[in-house]
Amino acid sequence: MPVSVSSSTLVYRGLKEAGVRIVSALPETWLVHLIRMAEDDPEMTLVRLAKEEEGVGISTGAHLAGVKSAMLMQNHGFLAAINGIVSCGQLYRIPLLMLISQRGSFGEKDPWQTEGGGVTEHVLESLRIPFDRLEAPEHVGKRIAKAQTLAYSASRPVALLLCRDLMWEE
Amino acid sequence: MQRADAIRAIYPELERSVVVTIMGAVAAELQSIGHRPNFFYLQHAMGLASSVGLGIALARPELSVVVLDGDGSLLMNLGGLTTLARYRPRNLVHVVFDNESLLSLGGFPTATSTGSDLAAIAKGAGVPRTATVRALEEFRSAFLIAQQSGDLTTLVAKVEAVGPAAYVTDLSLLENRYQFARHLKDRLPKE
Repeated sequence: MPVSVSSSTLVYRGLKEAGVRIVSALPETWLVHLIRMAEDDPEMTLVRLAKEEEGVGISTGAHLAGVKSAMLMQNHGFLAAINGIVSCGQLYRIPLLMLISQRGSFGEKDPWQTEGGGVTEHVLESLRIPFDRLEAPEHVGKRIAKAQTLAYSASRPVALLLCRDLMWEE
Repeated sequence: MQRADAIRAIYPELERSVVVTIMGAVAAELQSIGHRPNFFYLQHAMGLASSVGLGIALARPELSVVVLDGDGSLLMNLGGLTTLARYRPRNLVHVVFDNESLLSLGGFPTATSTGSDLAAIAKGAGVPRTATVRALEEFRSAFLIAQQSGDLTTLVAKVEAVGPAAYVTDLSLLENRYQFARHLKDRLPKE
């Protein structure tokens, strides 16, 4: 499976350096290494979800309790979590850090991923969620740190898109 | 059993706990009995109260967490029961007030009115302790036992479909949210 181990390691290191202690996730191909790293790390609590919207609740609870967390999901999972993001994350001003694998972009071979890829950025814009793309290894750590800084200063959800050029090696 | 009476019956025990409620009647009734800084009312995002409770319980295992859920809300996040059971926070009591209706939205019947059994669903999801209670004293004693059990419990309380006259209170959402987070910060174990 050509999911990049080195890029996944960089993303995971960025989360650790940002002080993240709880990660919620639903398995998706591009996230396999990240999920395994969270699982193998005794300092991290990994919460495997049935549906992504639960992760909004878990991160909200963790934040109110004073613990930093992040959500790992596919863009279709982001689409499935929108009411929670709006009616919990935004309504209650929760600094959600969302890492979203941006499936369905140029190079996508799975036909079923293509609709979500076309709408994800538009939906993020419509929801006024600040986001940036993680495309190259050299800016991963800095962008995760900056995204979390804005999430906390604005007290709002933010998103980072894990893009094909970063996550997939072929 | 009326839900307001049930909440009143356990109110003294809620003082030392951390409480997350759903929106609507549960939030309004608890506030009418008396708001405390350790109460957080999730006034929207139906279904997520149990997930918020799980997040708090995992983040702060030293706290005793109580979630006051409802049938309509829980039915929107049944998958969350499997997550709750999977991580089995031993410091969480999950109370579900089941009035078999979406009372705050006009009283439309939910699936528990036609036989869906939330305690059985919770048990099937893997929650180690589950029960359904119908009378006030039975509820109070089951709640006390759940708090003392040291294990995850889903307690379904069958209640009448009656609620308060009004649902909006004078506690603003963000005031509640920041006060609650401050309270949890103040309760951090001293180094």
